[in-house]
Amino acid sequence: MTIWIIEEKCDGCQRCLRACPYEGIEMQDGVATVTERCTSCGSCIDACKKNHAIESDIKPRPVPDFSDRQGVWVFAEQTNGKLARVSLELLGKAQDLAKDLDHKVCALLLGKDVSHLVPTLHTHGAQDVYLVEDDLLEDFRTIAYTNVIEDLVLKFKPNILLIGATALGRDLAPRISRRVGTGLTADCTELAIDPDENLLFQTRPAFGGNVMATIACRYTRPQMATVRPGVMEAKPCKPETTNIIRHEISLKQEDIRTEILEKVMEKKPGTDISQANVIVAGGRGVNGKQGFAMLKELADLLGGELACTRLIIEQGILPHDAQVGQTGKTIRPEIYIACGISGAVQHTAGMTGSRYIIAINNDPLAPIFKLANWGIVGDVHEIVPELIKQLSSGGAS
Amino acid sequence: MNIIVLVKQVPNTTNIKLDPKTGNLIREGLESIMNPDDLHALEAAIKIKEETGAKVMAVSMGPPQAVDVLTQAMGMGADKAFLLSDRAFSGADTWATSFTLSKGIEKIKDFDLILCGHQAIDGDTAQIGPQVADWLDIAQATYVKEIESVDKNEIIVKRRLEDGFERLACKMPALLTVISEANQPRYPHMGQLIFACEQKAPIKVWNAADIGVKTIEVGLEGSNTHVIKTFTPNFKRQNELLEGSNKKVVSDLILRLKKSDTTIAHRL
Repeated sequence: MTIWIIEEKCDGCQRCLRACPYEGIEMQDGVATVTERCTSCGSCIDACKKNHAIESDIKPRPVPDFSDRQGVWVFAEQTNGKLARVSLELLGKAQDLAKDLDHKVCALLLGKDVSHLVPTLHTHGAQDVYLVEDDLLEDFRTIAYTNVIEDLVLKFKPNILLIGATALGRDLAPRISRRVGTGLTADCTELAIDPDENLLFQTRPAFGGNVMATIACRYTRPQMATVRPGVMEAKPCKPETTNIIRHEISLKQEDIRTEILEKVMEKKPGTDISQANVIVAGGRGVNGKQGFAMLKELADLLGGELACTRLIIEQGILPHDAQVGQTGKTIRPEIYIACGISGAVQHTAGMTGSRYIIAINNDPLAPIFKLANWGIVGDVHEIVPELIKQLSSGGAS
Repeated sequence: MNIIVLVKQVPNTTNIKLDPKTGNLIREGLESIMNPDDLHALEAAIKIKEETGAKVMAVSMGPPQAVDVLTQAMGMGADKAFLLSDRAFSGADTWATSFTLSKGIEKIKDFDLILCGHQAIDGDTAQIGPQVADWLDIAQATYVKEIESVDKNEIIVKRRLEDGFERLACKMPALLTVISEANQPRYPHMGQLIFACEQKAPIKVWNAADIGVKTIEVGLEGSNTHVIKTFTPNFKRQNELLEGSNKKVVSDLILRLKKSDTTIAHRL
């Protein structure tokens, strides 16, 4: 499989360059040239409709008939009889997808004595609930859960299967995808039905979040995706149909091959600011330990983490792993709230990739405002308490 | 005991530079490193080797230059290394990658334990470990933070969970994915590193034919998922200054956050 360029037809428009997801094309003397990074994916051929200057010997892979694949399934994660919130969030998204496809929303519930969770799944959008109860399913174990879900998928042939990207989901989902012979897209931030082919378009950050990639699973079913908690929105609703489909499967302990000896509750040591969706960061303009206690309160309200500039580390207020910048960490949260930070390059080098930047500073000329989506000129020690007050009372009036 | 460690060469994304104007990644001069989590998997394997005399084999799939991470693995103490390298492997999704790796492992044949890093920093999918385990039909344990004991029949590990950890006993053979909490990786030993760079070093390179796969089963062609398009998210910043009383500017800000396309918007 190769791709080549007919040099006489290339006018150097660089459309192929922009279309290539792998940097497999570069310009040499004004003409597109295929590099060794090319994976023969064919994106450039579609982009060169104007000149037809790109040819290949790729044979299109036939798309099987999937018209018997029905249903948008959500794996309902439960631990000790409590549902994971992400499963309800996924049911919210599944309602939209099912509406576009004219399919049903279904939930998979596995465990021991978990039928009391069924009504919650119904009121969050699941029309059918597949319920599998067994003593061996009491605690999550990869092979047991994989065997059960494989059985359900083979029997009921879903079109889409969504799983929360929790520690449990990220252990289970890849194993299921391999078992049932399909693709899996991890940590999607957006899911939508493409109106042309009714495919699930799965969008996720690629390469450190600087580029977004939309991925499709065209040739196999179910189309599987995981989504991190908090990304989608739960949508409680009045159920019209409330079916329960009990499924029996014979499990044997020796097939499961693992045994949980003990579970220990413990708080995670330290925090990892590079994983947080929201960062509240403080600099010179924040008043010592007291000021950071206030920022911590704001971070907790937003489900985020505390970070800071180098000066704060030197003052011993926060540990080293909270430092953002050239000599600290490079982070790309969704929301970065810079409090009392002027915006020196050494600091901003570590945070310019943030999705939204909010700056609060009393100096209207501070360079941080040039980087911010929204800026507030004012005293951090007045603005932040007001922000905490309004957020905890249910937001803006 | 024979231990296989899966390692991957990745671009060093922890050290990337962004174009200050466009917010885009500057790829020039980006160095390649061993995936950080894989160092912890290797360290765990070498610790077992020191305690039990196990043999450690490092396996990687990648372009010819990925031999660098195998050299490094041998410098740290791996006995042998295998590079699965073929033009046909390129553009693989996790399905095709895990298939290729499992075929390489099947060719090595004698193994009791497979260790890999929890996830790679260039993709963050954390899928390869569990998928390889399923191809080989063996037990798995992910998020491993400690290996308590290991013998020919059973391995006992501590797995990090969201609210604590669990102690799990796995029948052998098993595959573990290791998190950074597990250990502190050692530096390569200079003598071993020099040996690994020599012509006679036991590093084998296998192509598609060597591991017995058809080119349509691997790489982009063998993949189940395909990239439809890539785009740069709109990072344009409006530099809007909110004005008025403290109460007003704060409520204006919350209003904007509520309307934003962020994951916390609907929770405010």
